[in-house]
Amino acid sequence: MPDWNEQIRKQLRILNLKIAREAEIVEELAQHAEDRYRELRGGGATETEARRIALEETGGHELLARELRAIERTVAPDRGRFLAGLAQDLRYGFRTLRKNAAFTAVAMLALALGIGANTAIFSVVNGVLLQPLAYPDPGRLMMIFETTSERSQMSVAYPNFLDWRRESRSFTDMAATRSDDFNFTGTGEPEHLSGEYVSASLFPILGVTPFMGRGFLPQEDRHDAACAVVIGYGFWKQRLGADPNILGKVLTLNAMSCAVVGVLPPDLRFRERAQVYVPIEQYDAGLLRERESHPGLSVFGRLKPGVTIKAAQAEIASISSVLAREYPVTNAGHSAKVVRMKDDMVAYIRPTLLLLVGAVGFVLIIACANVANLLLARSTARKREFAIRTALGAERGRIVRQLLTESVLLSLGAAAIGLLLARWGTRLVLAAAPDSLPRSAEIVIDPYVLLFTLAVSIVTGILFGLAPAFHGANANPQESLKEGARGAGGGRHRVESVFVAVEIGLAVILLAGAGLMMQSVWRLLRVDPGFDTRNILTMGTALSPKVMASPPAIRLAFEQMLGRVAAIPGVQSVALTNMVPLAGGYNEIFFWRGTGPQPPQDQTMSAMFSIVTPDYLRAMQIPLQRGRFFTDRDKLAAPPIVVIDDVLARHLFPGQDPVGRQFSVMVLGTVRIVGVTGHVKYWGLDSDDKAKIRDQIYFPLLQVPDRFMSGAAVGQTLLLRTGPEPLSIVSAVRAQVAGPTQDQPIYAVRTMEQIMSGSLAERRFAMLVLMVFAATAMLLAAVGIYGVMSYAVTRRTHELGIRVALGASRREIVGLVLRQGMRLAAMGLAGGLVAAWGLTRLMAGLLYGVRPADPATLAAVASLLAGIALLACYIPARRATAVDPVVALRCE
Amino acid sequence: MEDRSIDREWKKGSAEMLLLSLLEALPRHGYELGKLIEQRSQGALRFHAASLYPLLYRLEKRGWIQGRWVEKSGQRRRRYYRLTAQGRKVLASQRRGWQTFVEAINRITGVENA
Repeated sequence: MPDWNEQIRKQLRILNLKIAREAEIVEELAQHAEDRYRELRGGGATETEARRIALEETGGHELLARELRAIERTVAPDRGRFLAGLAQDLRYGFRTLRKNAAFTAVAMLALALGIGANTAIFSVVNGVLLQPLAYPDPGRLMMIFETTSERSQMSVAYPNFLDWRRESRSFTDMAATRSDDFNFTGTGEPEHLSGEYVSASLFPILGVTPFMGRGFLPQEDRHDAACAVVIGYGFWKQRLGADPNILGKVLTLNAMSCAVVGVLPPDLRFRERAQVYVPIEQYDAGLLRERESHPGLSVFGRLKPGVTIKAAQAEIASISSVLAREYPVTNAGHSAKVVRMKDDMVAYIRPTLLLLVGAVGFVLIIACANVANLLLARSTARKREFAIRTALGAERGRIVRQLLTESVLLSLGAAAIGLLLARWGTRLVLAAAPDSLPRSAEIVIDPYVLLFTLAVSIVTGILFGLAPAFHGANANPQESLKEGARGAGGGRHRVESVFVAVEIGLAVILLAGAGLMMQSVWRLLRVDPGFDTRNILTMGTALSPKVMASPPAIRLAFEQMLGRVAAIPGVQSVALTNMVPLAGGYNEIFFWRGTGPQPPQDQTMSAMFSIVTPDYLRAMQIPLQRGRFFTDRDKLAAPPIVVIDDVLARHLFPGQDPVGRQFSVMVLGTVRIVGVTGHVKYWGLDSDDKAKIRDQIYFPLLQVPDRFMSGAAVGQTLLLRTGPEPLSIVSAVRAQVAGPTQDQPIYAVRTMEQIMSGSLAERRFAMLVLMVFAATAMLLAAVGIYGVMSYAVTRRTHELGIRVALGASRREIVGLVLRQGMRLAAMGLAGGLVAAWGLTRLMAGLLYGVRPADPATLAAVASLLAGIALLACYIPARRATAVDPVVALRCE
Repeated sequence: MEDRSIDREWKKGSAEMLLLSLLEALPRHGYELGKLIEQRSQGALRFHAASLYPLLYRLEKRGWIQGRWVEKSGQRRRRYYRLTAQGRKVLASQRRGWQTFVEAINRITGVENA
């Protein structure tokens, strides 16, 4: 009798039916074939013939398969089995993880840390670097800067902006803005507001529709127009009590009466701190109209559709070259550059964030390696299980898949915990991040972040699951079953060792990074800024609108304010300045040699320009090297004098005494040098040495010409040297500054030490996060090497027992184990040092006073890790000496 | 080619009704059904297993017939199909339709012949 079943099954194989259903059909058709065969034989057919006919009729020419395909549920072969298998794997995986709750908890925690840290950092990167700006069609929003050979990016002169705007065809429109402080009076306490002078075109360019009212009309953006103001949502809500009838009401800002015309929407992210917006033409006209003055203007533009940045750049550059020919005195050597608005916002923080992305990735890999080792250990314990499954017919791939499913399950669980950690971690990162971190309000856990976490966790699960999975699948059933429960493989140990070496290597890299950052910050803190940072209090101030009308009244009001503050007990000296070192916001001025008229722009030089009162030097404790500083007698009527720093002195008069010599400064004309001071690191503790403009000029506030006096009156900083702790006298200062009219505010009160530490915020941030990562890495690596060595000792119990029995001393046993462990550590250290040597170069831009791959740092890191590894090995080594030879041998 | 495909369609269309009719009286297994069709049509209609069983599965899937394994002593078990209540209704309506169709054809072809 032919084997019908086999023949028919062959026909059906192509359909990939469910096993039970296939068996049923095979049985029924086999029965039919047999009936038919018997019938044919009964009718006289030969055996061969009967068999051929019966088979042909049952399934011949694939007819059966074709017909069945339409009817039977032929789920796509792989998918069907795969899904069915997956459900099984998942169920089994859940059970296994639940059964080993302790293992699961430890592994999940390690992974959750890694995934959580990655999610937190990614959510920052996502919000800051990746997400487009929250404006319509943000890719076309550009910023335009002036450039010179000295400066890759400088603020724009208003007349140049007007010319660009008129001549350019690449932009739908352009707008200029200037951040400024506003003294808000007339409603009780005088109050300082942050605000912006803006072109009327700004809001249309950004695509911002006011929440209430309207933006500025073109005719309001004129110097002779009545002042209008658009206010921020937060200011309206908190300060003005969300007054529904605010439109048309008048606010007194810097003594101007400005009618409210609009309230901006709550989610506007443009200059987040700005509370009020005033048309830029209202800004002090003296400075605004001068082509030679660059009063901190930013210029924004929206590209026309289809215009590339390159084309726009070329056009603006060509307009600028025309302007340079037309106005050589102010514009020679000036060009312009177009930058994406987003790039400009985030460019400075990008290297820091990318560094952290790399570092946090390493942390995750270390966590993966640790969990992989845990899984390896467990897969050894589970060897019997796999052996039995293999013996029962499980394919290798099926076991690999089962194990991968378990590890992905593990990492998905970890991702869920990690997300919680990330929410918390993101807040932590933001708290540690510099205040200036752009777009920080846009950092949220959004769908992109969730997707990222999901992807990371799946990849992670596969990554750390692979080695254990293959190890498990390679179980040789005979060997494992024979060996019994005490199975252990040399292969596993090798893989584990590699993982531990990798962990140590990565920990070296992270520690090296953290170490370099720590050194940079430490060195920066020891940099001499050129003045004494202790016991200095700084604060913004503004004069009463009542005195702003006349320059002499302004001068008098300042002198009186200084007198009142100087009388406060504890105040040793007090001064006004327009520029605080390390605080950002610099004032530059053009100067040239000799006493002649201003030469073309490309023959002038630039210097930092501080406008100060006589006690400035004493308050700051800047050393006076030659001549004298200013006195109260240096008034407007006298010929203008300046004090310069030693950098400028060497620059202009190398090898000579500059005191009494003359040179020329823009606007002021010829000035005489009365003194030379030490250099102050205005640009920052780190960047000052590399800054292109380092020459410094001090000029007495009381000699500021009348037409610039009202401009100088806003945004002066009061600077006090105090005997007691600076912040303890703030309220006394506030009372004295307020003055007889009680409408002069102080704001942004900071000690110089706060300013200095703020200037290091970015580095400190990178250092802090790197330190946390490095510490985590070190801990994980220590746990990793400890685990491997403990296991090795357990495995070698028998061998160690024999050695002890043969007379090995404790020392020898400890040495044996330590050598094994330290060989591992040495491998990791060597690899890590090589990698660190290469990778730390990437962070060169963030370092100060220390080169990447600094040998001392690397050596310190290596010895620290070696010490930790030694400790981690010593504990198992000690245990090895406790091996009782009798017990060890009896085990056999 | 054309002719043969028409032939197949005819067969397919009517085959469902044939099987349902044969199951009306009592449950039968596949081999028996094939034999009955061949015998009663005096050899004009023949279904090979390769098309008979898929058809049965189709009817079963639609809920018109139901198969059940029946074991009889000394024999391999066989799968017997019986008509369901739904199958009975379908058969009745298919019969009516067929009758109407045949009568219509007869009327037309009869007129031509006259």
